[in-house]
Amino acid sequence: MRDVAVIGVGLTKFGELWDKSFRHLITEAGSKAIFDSGIGGLEIDAMYVGSMSSGRFIGQEHIGALVADASGFSHLNIPSTRVEGACASGGLAVREGYLSIASGLNDIVVVGGIEKMNDVGGNAATETLATALDQEWEAFFGATFPGVYAMIANRHMYEYGTTRENLAQVAIKNHANGALNPFAQYQREIKMEHVLNAATVAYPLGLFDCSPVTDGAAALVLCSLEKAKKFTEKPVKIIASGQASDSLALHERRDICTLDSTVIAAKKAYKQANITHKDIDLAEVHDCFTIAEICAIEDLGFVKKGEGGKAVEENITTLNGSLPVNTSGGLKSKGHPVGATGVAQIVDIVKQLRGEADKRQVKDAEIGLAHNVGGSGATCTVHILEAI
Amino acid sequence: MSDIGIVSYGAYIPRYRIKAEEIASVWGKDGESISKGLGIYEKSVPSIDQDTATISVEAARGALNRCSIHPKDIGAIYVGSESHPYAVKPTGTIVGEAIGATPELMVADYEFACKAGTAAIQSCFALVKSNMIRYGLAIGADTSQAAPGDALEFSASAGGGAFIIGKDNVIAIINKTCSYTTDTPDFWRRAERKYPAHGGRFTGGPAYFKHITNCSFNLMKKVNTKPEDYDYAIFHQPNGKFPVSIARKLGFSYDQIKQSLMVPYIGNTYSGATMIGLSSVLDIAKSGDRIFLTSYGSGAGSDSFDMTITDDIIKLHRGNAPLVEQMVNDKKYIDYGTYAKLTDLLYWE
Repeated sequence: MRDVAVIGVGLTKFGELWDKSFRHLITEAGSKAIFDSGIGGLEIDAMYVGSMSSGRFIGQEHIGALVADASGFSHLNIPSTRVEGACASGGLAVREGYLSIASGLNDIVVVGGIEKMNDVGGNAATETLATALDQEWEAFFGATFPGVYAMIANRHMYEYGTTRENLAQVAIKNHANGALNPFAQYQREIKMEHVLNAATVAYPLGLFDCSPVTDGAAALVLCSLEKAKKFTEKPVKIIASGQASDSLALHERRDICTLDSTVIAAKKAYKQANITHKDIDLAEVHDCFTIAEICAIEDLGFVKKGEGGKAVEENITTLNGSLPVNTSGGLKSKGHPVGATGVAQIVDIVKQLRGEADKRQVKDAEIGLAHNVGGSGATCTVHILEAI
Repeated sequence: MSDIGIVSYGAYIPRYRIKAEEIASVWGKDGESISKGLGIYEKSVPSIDQDTATISVEAARGALNRCSIHPKDIGAIYVGSESHPYAVKPTGTIVGEAIGATPELMVADYEFACKAGTAAIQSCFALVKSNMIRYGLAIGADTSQAAPGDALEFSASAGGGAFIIGKDNVIAIINKTCSYTTDTPDFWRRAERKYPAHGGRFTGGPAYFKHITNCSFNLMKKVNTKPEDYDYAIFHQPNGKFPVSIARKLGFSYDQIKQSLMVPYIGNTYSGATMIGLSSVLDIAKSGDRIFLTSYGSGAGSDSFDMTITDDIIKLHRGNAPLVEQMVNDKKYIDYGTYAKLTDLLYWE
C-alpha cells in the first residue's frame, strides 16, 4: 500500500443556498480544492463524488459524469464515480479515492461530496433521509431519523444517567465553534435555555438537538505521498482509513447505545495508523443529533461507554479542552449536507493540521480523526490524518 | 400639477376570531410555542355569508362615509384579492353596484398574491395622474385559505382595506411609488385547487425579504430619504416575525411599525394586510407625518410608497367609519368546529 496525502481542500459556504445549483456548488468546492493543490486537469487520474440522494433531492442521478462534465473535464474522459452510503457517502468517497491511490492504480484523485437538500420541502427532505433507515422494518412503520436517534438517547439516559442537559451541552459547544467558522450554516452561539425551550422533535431531542437541512459541497485533492511534495509544502498524510457496517435497522443491534460500526472502523483505523485514541489531538465526529456525538466519543474510545455525557459536562471536548471535538461546529452548527459531510470533515481536519483554522485553531494539532456515519450506524468510516 | 394621493380610506375585519391554541389543540400541537414562533395569537375568520366581495363593500362604504365624494365620481374600481368569489365574473362589479358607482366606470379584478391591493392603488394613481378619471377606488381584500393541518392555518385570515385615490382634498400625498418584480415561485395555488402550496423556508430569504428589501431601498434612493425620515412604516405581515425583522434590517425602529402591526391579533389578511396596516396608521396620522409602505406578493413582487399627510386629514370624518383598533377589539371567539363550518372545511362532493 502506498502512502496517500491530501494536497488540496475546498469548501462552499453551508446553508440555505437558494441561488446556487447542484453543479455550481460541486464545481465551486472542486475548483477551490484544485486551485489549493496547484494541479491541472490533465493530472487528474480519477474522480469520486459522494452524494446520498441527488435523485430525490434534485431529480438528478448519474452525477459521477455530471460532476466531471460540469467541472469542464468532459473532454478529458476522466473516470468519475458516484459513491453512496447515506450520510456516510462523503466518507466512503474519500476512502475509495484513498484506496485507488494506495493500491497504485492512480496518482492523483479529486474527491467531492455534495448534497443540495433545500430544493424540496421539509417533509420531503425528512422522507428522503428516512430512506437510509430500513424501509421494511423501520420507515414503513413511521420511523424517522429524529425518532430513531431519540430512542438511542432515551436508552442512553436510562442506562447511563445521561441528562437532557448533557445533550444540550453538545449543541451549545458546537454552536460556539460554529460561530467562529465562516463556512458554517449557523454562526451564532446558543444558550442552555434556547435548547431546552425549543420545540420537541422527538423526545428528548428538540429542535436544537438536530442537525439542519443544508446545501453545500466539499472537495479534496488526494495524491500519492511520493508526488505530494511536488505540489505543496504542507501535505497532510492519511495514516488510516477504516470502514465497517452493521445492521440497517436499529432493533437488530447488539446494543442500541453503541454503534458497533464505529467501534470496528475505529479499531481498524487505530491499528493501521499504529496509534491509540490517546494520540488523537482533535476529532470531527458525526453529530447528526446531539446524542450521536455522545455515542461517538464513547465508541471511538475517547471515553468509557456511558461517560460521554459526563465528558461533555466536564468540557473535555470544547475548543480548549483536552480533546476538541467538532471544532468546525459539527453537523449541528456547520450544517449537514449529507453527501458532503464526510468530505467536509476531512477539509476541516486538514485545515487544523496545516494551522489554517484561524480562531478555531487547536494549538500544536498533529493528528486528527474524522468520523462519518451512514443511517443510524449501518455504515461508518473513520479516517486519521497527520501533519507531516 | 396638483398632488395626487389618498382622499379617503376604509377597512373591514370580520368579527369572528379563533385562537392559535384552539387550532393547535386540534392537531396535537403546542399552541403557545406556535404563537411565540409565528408571532400570531389569534386570527380573524369570515362568517358564513362573508367573502371578498362583502369585505370589499364594507371597506369601500367606510371610505365613502368618511368623505363627501359622490360614488358616481369614481371612475375606476380595482379589487385585488387571491380569493375572488368567482373565477370568472368580477368582484369589482359587485362592489361598484353595491356602492352606487355603476355604470360609467372602469372595473377589473387584480391578483398578485398579497400585494394586489397596492397594485390597485398604483393603477388608480396613474389613471388620476393621466386625467382619465377623477377618483379611483383601490381595494385589497381576502378570505384566505389554508389546508387543515397546514402551518398556514395559524395565519390565513380575512379582512380588507379600500382607498379612494384622487387629487381633491388629498389626505396623504403619494410622493412616489415603485415596484420590484421577479418570477419567484414561493407560494402558489393552481387553478381548481382549494388550498395554496408553498415552498416552506423558501418563502423567507429569497422571496419576502429580498423583494421588500430591494423595493424599499430603491424607493428611498429615488426620493433621497432614510428610514429615520418617516413617522410610520408599514410592511406586509404574513406573520408577526417577518415585518419586525425586515423593519430592523432596513433600519426602521419597532416604534415606526407598531401602529400598523395587526397580524398578531387578526392574522394575515393577505391582500388586506398592508391595506389594513395603512388604515390603522391613517386612523391616527397628523398633518406632516411621513409614511413608508412596502407590500409583498408571492410570485413575487413588492410595491413601495412614500406618502406625506396633508392638512386636509383634519377635514376627513374619520369617526364616520370604524377605526381599525375598534374592529380588532370587536371580536367573538369561535371553536375549531365552528371555524371548520365557516371556512368550508366540512365540504363534500
